Amino acid sequence: MEIIQQIKEKLKDRVSDWHRHNQRRIYFTVNKKDIREVARVLFKDLGLRFATASGIDTPLGLEILYHFSLDKSGQIISVRTIIEDKKNPEIDSLAVISEAFEWIEREMWEMLGINFIGHPNLKRLLLADEWPQEQYPLRHEHES
Amino acid sequence: MSHKVLIPIGPYHPLQDEPEFFRLYVEGERVVDIDIVIGYLHRGIEKLSESKHFDQVTFLVERICGICSTSHPFAYVNAMEDLAKIEVPERALFIRTIIAEMERIHSHLLWLGLAGHFIGYNTVWMWAWRYREPILDMFEMITGNRNHYAMMKIGGVRRDIKDEDISILKKTLDDLLPAVDMFKGAVMDDPVIKARLKGIGILTKQQAIDWAVVGPTARASGINIDVRKDDPYGAYDKVSWNVIVEEDGDIFAKTIVRILELYESISIIRQCLDKMPKGEIDANVKDIPSGEGIGHVEAPRGECFHYVRSDGTNRPVRHKIRAPSYMNVASNKVAAVGGTLSDAAITLAAVDPCYCCTERLIVLDKHSDKKIMNGWDLIKLSQEKTEKLKKIIGCKS
Repeated sequence: MEIIQQIKEKLKDRVSDWHRHNQRRIYFTVNKKDIREVARVLFKDLGLRFATASGIDTPLGLEILYHFSLDKSGQIISVRTIIEDKKNPEIDSLAVISEAFEWIEREMWEMLGINFIGHPNLKRLLLADEWPQEQYPLRHEHES
Repeated sequence: MSHKVLIPIGPYHPLQDEPEFFRLYVEGERVVDIDIVIGYLHRGIEKLSESKHFDQVTFLVERICGICSTSHPFAYVNAMEDLAKIEVPERALFIRTIIAEMERIHSHLLWLGLAGHFIGYNTVWMWAWRYREPILDMFEMITGNRNHYAMMKIGGVRRDIKDEDISILKKTLDDLLPAVDMFKGAVMDDPVIKARLKGIGILTKQQAIDWAVVGPTARASGINIDVRKDDPYGAYDKVSWNVIVEEDGDIFAKTIVRILELYESISIIRQCLDKMPKGEIDANVKDIPSGEGIGHVEAPRGECFHYVRSDGTNRPVRHKIRAPSYMNVASNKVAAVGGTLSDAAITLAAVDPCYCCTERLIVLDKHSDKKIMNGWDLIKLSQEKTEKLKKIIGCKS
């Protein structure tokens, strides 16, 4: 069965806004409260490899794209979730599922100021110790 | 009574190109924990990328890595071509593939040499680097540079490969083949190397899956992944070649994977040179629409991943970059822990982290903070273990 069907079957209405950019680049959206369950299904149950995550500051909120790879078919499945509250952005940590999520969450925490709830070791990964607190390099100034 | 000792390794050494910092916690001879600190070389490339136009970014990302300098621009142009749905001329795809495989050859030889040095085989070091040199000369001939070739551009390549250069490149590959045979023999038939590298620094298949490692690090642990095969880009689906997979997950398996991949790379380049069609090398892309694109390539160290988002202007609004070592270096947390101190240098180096880390090292007594050992001592310790094995096995040193 195709991976998209498998995901739909397992996650039902927790996934929406499917976008197939082409055969090998697939995007869909989940509510941020479901992210841990969705990631667990993709990573553990369906055996997708976690490639990385892209945190993006958009006018609508802080967006995270979790990129999973199904290597045997060469498909990249990107799970989109949006954190609307930019003042106190937080989302469940996926580092409890696997260590593979640990570093990238630390990076998004320091670069975008997203708090990952339940992360075992949320500290700076790339930024220098002297870098001022609460200044997030990848945040943008958006016109309101 | 257990006596825990702290061994910090890193972060800087003038001979090495990427600083990292490993804090090793040791009880007696055994490594019981490891703390990895990266970021010493963080230059804010993702942020910088937002301030460059799309063509400039190709050159910016080429500067991420000095060893596999074409991997990042290759992944980036793949991402841009995915974003803008650009059809790249076939000749350009072949040229990209040739450049990428030449890079794999020189990178794997570089690793092989340093791995040899770490276990006390300085002859392997010298020979591996001696045979790497003609490949760099070929880069100079084709691209004008020994490194940072600036071949990639969105929609094609910046330079053609001249007909008269093809025979010279083929001759260089012919000359390289016996050397690869020699390295293969030296590693596979040498009882000391086998005794030294087998069964150490093991990353099991399950650990490799859990830590989502990539490249030779994953393939040496029995995971059959290779972006070139799984999601073909360039001309990889137009030539025949094999993905090298080993099962044991130890340093020996990682070494074998890299050596055997040299054969595949040579074969891929030869086939590309024969099959490369004549024609255009550039699609002459003018505009980049808004949208998002993902490109990934199999760099010498594993999957190199780029995500780009465009809002219709001439710059990316977001450019995420994930190098293979980002996944692989983290896995040292399981591969090095449980091993002995004399195996630490080669284990940390086995994921080929651009060799930043294993040189500068201090062993500190946890209780008194007294210095016991430095980085050179750790390599010496590693080399001494090889010497001991040589005596046991009965080889002349």
